[in-house]
Amino acid sequence: MEIFKAENITKRYATHLALDDVSISVRENSIFGLLGPNGAGKTTLIRMITQITAPDSGTLYFHGRKLIAADTEKIGYLPEERGLYKKMEVGEQALYLAQLKGLSRKDALTKLKYWFEKFEIESWWKKKVEELSKGMAQKVQFIVTILHEPELLILDEPFSGFDPINTNIIKEEILRLKKNGTTIIFSTHNMGSVEELCDDIALINQSKKILDGSVSEIRSAYKNNIWEVAYLDQSGSGLQLPAGFDLLATEEDDGKKVVRIKIGNHNSNELLSALIPRVNIVSFKEEIPAMNDIFIQKVNEMNALKKLAHA
Amino acid sequence: MHKIVLIIKREYLTRVKQKSFIIMTILGPLLMGALFVVPIWMATQEDEKTDVLVVDESLLFNNSFSDKDNLKFHFVKDMNIKEAEKQLDEDYYSAVLYIPQNIINSNGAEIIYKKQPGFNTIMFIETSIENELESLKLSEAGIDKKTLAAAKTDIKMRKSKYESGVKESKNTELSMVVGMLGGVLIYFFIFLYGAQVMRGVIEEKSNRIVEVIISSVKPFQLMMGKIIGIAMVGLTQFLLWIFLTTTIVSAAKGFLGVEKNSLPAPVPMEQTMNGQPALQPNMQAQQPAAEDMDEIWKSIDKINFPLLIGAFIFYFIGGYLLYGALFAAVGAAVDNEADTQQFMLPITIPLILSFVMAQFVMNNPEGPMAFWFSIIPFTSPIIMMVRLPFGIPYPYTDLWISMSLLIIGFIATTWFAGKIYRTGILMYGKKVNYKELWKWIRYH
Repeated sequence: MEIFKAENITKRYATHLALDDVSISVRENSIFGLLGPNGAGKTTLIRMITQITAPDSGTLYFHGRKLIAADTEKIGYLPEERGLYKKMEVGEQALYLAQLKGLSRKDALTKLKYWFEKFEIESWWKKKVEELSKGMAQKVQFIVTILHEPELLILDEPFSGFDPINTNIIKEEILRLKKNGTTIIFSTHNMGSVEELCDDIALINQSKKILDGSVSEIRSAYKNNIWEVAYLDQSGSGLQLPAGFDLLATEEDDGKKVVRIKIGNHNSNELLSALIPRVNIVSFKEEIPAMNDIFIQKVNEMNALKKLAHA
Repeated sequence: MHKIVLIIKREYLTRVKQKSFIIMTILGPLLMGALFVVPIWMATQEDEKTDVLVVDESLLFNNSFSDKDNLKFHFVKDMNIKEAEKQLDEDYYSAVLYIPQNIINSNGAEIIYKKQPGFNTIMFIETSIENELESLKLSEAGIDKKTLAAAKTDIKMRKSKYESGVKESKNTELSMVVGMLGGVLIYFFIFLYGAQVMRGVIEEKSNRIVEVIISSVKPFQLMMGKIIGIAMVGLTQFLLWIFLTTTIVSAAKGFLGVEKNSLPAPVPMEQTMNGQPALQPNMQAQQPAAEDMDEIWKSIDKINFPLLIGAFIFYFIGGYLLYGALFAAVGAAVDNEADTQQFMLPITIPLILSFVMAQFVMNNPEGPMAFWFSIIPFTSPIIMMVRLPFGIPYPYTDLWISMSLLIIGFIATTWFAGKIYRTGILMYGKKVNYKELWKWIRYH
């Protein structure tokens, strides 16, 4: 069951097309990665989910029915361009923003107390935001975003401004939220965290969706049939690959040899049986392409096509 | 609706709690109080003891100047001006008045001082000489003073307005003062707090908090919340100023022991003549003055205060809302305050124009210029306030048109500003021009 669905969304600004017939579907209780280069249209799409802008055509659904104004209280949003009132005290400001999300002052206070204790930042309550470091302010901002326990949480580059320790805290928090039933839309350029966190993704480039699906399916779909083999060559006989197998690279690592072999039309068992008589195999695994590579490959493909079309 | 109240509350409280608000609230009345108190204080300080040595070479005056409070004249004979000047070194005399022999023809005298005497003192001495010479000349010409005084004529014109069988007397001077005061206050309020709206919007934009907030509320709610919140700050400040100013002024008056009639007033010249008791014409001259005061009180009573105060509040709020929305739009269109210049011009021009027009409107409060400028929403808040004390013909048609247009006007500017605002607040690092703004208005 999907919590959110966008159908054939198109948005045109005066000079350019921001989204061109884009559809996405976000499963309930999943982490959905919204990927794309800068200026692809991700922020425009996110701003539609948060109802900051509206599409020119197409429909947005929340829990299977049309998205309505009151849904903003069930949605949490951490924008990429984010900040707080510098001259306002941390606690007072967090209370204000929570109340804008529909929490009562009393509820907001109880919840803030819980989070401030959890993150061990109770002493910041009376501080002005301008006295905090960037990372500290980001932490406050994160708390404010999730305080009203949104059903759908949208995080746009949530890790920017955090050191590795705090990045980890936030990562754990995101996973814990998912475990408790929150659905998360996650927009980032950091493909490492996409592989780590996301269940599904959609890749948007130049206003169009060019790829979507579950992360594992996409990665296996983009497999190149390359296997990585580490072995010990005690007899010194070396590898003798039968025809149809390509040796792509050889590396020495701590006495072991590590090779990458493209197996073409053959299967992995054929490769294994060719190797077993000659060397001692230490490890044998299929190379699954990184999201990063798929991202670059897809975007470049599309841009090249565009250029061809223009030429 | 609940959320807009939250926004208003935040806008109001953060500003009212600011040090600058508290300082301005205290400093404002002190400055205003000083404006009233300092001249009075200065005037009381002027009366330090002044002894004037009079060297009268014309021999016309002969002890005829009467002393006043701390001002004493000492006539000397057998002392030339050089010797008299030397007397100043003794520190007893503060000034030497030199009256040359041919004063009756030259009309010139000289005062030599160590420390400059006050304006009033100089005036007093001059008047003393003038009066003395005038009566001399009069008696030489054989004209009796009483005859002259009786011949002097001063016409007081009463102004009355006739309308459908009812005659109503007017005091245009008072209307001018009241009108100008209302106009200035509105002008001041719009500029001061309109600029605060603009700065608030720029702050939210440059802090990057705006997108966080408009994911919870509509941009329009945020804009209106800010405008209304700041209006309430303005009203609070004005009320506090009025209260504190009145307190300070009355306290200072009490402290300095200043009473109405000891304020620096023109010296009644007849009384000073030869120290004679006041003459008959003088008494007559004072009579109309008292009547004047009476007249002023009567006209003050005649001013329709409920109408004036009601209209003031209406134009105060209406004018601010009209311009406040435009200030918000300017704030949304730029990234920092330095870039506001180009968009401020269309806002400041009608305001300054109203101010210039106010003088022409006062000259002809029922002319076409007064009518049109008090109808057009951009100028009506100031011009109508200037016009109102002169009276609006019953049944106040002009006023109703003007008020309705102002309401339509601020709804229009708010709608218009809202369009610019909701696009502008999410636009960073882009130099915006009028063409770009026009595009934003046309987005849907």
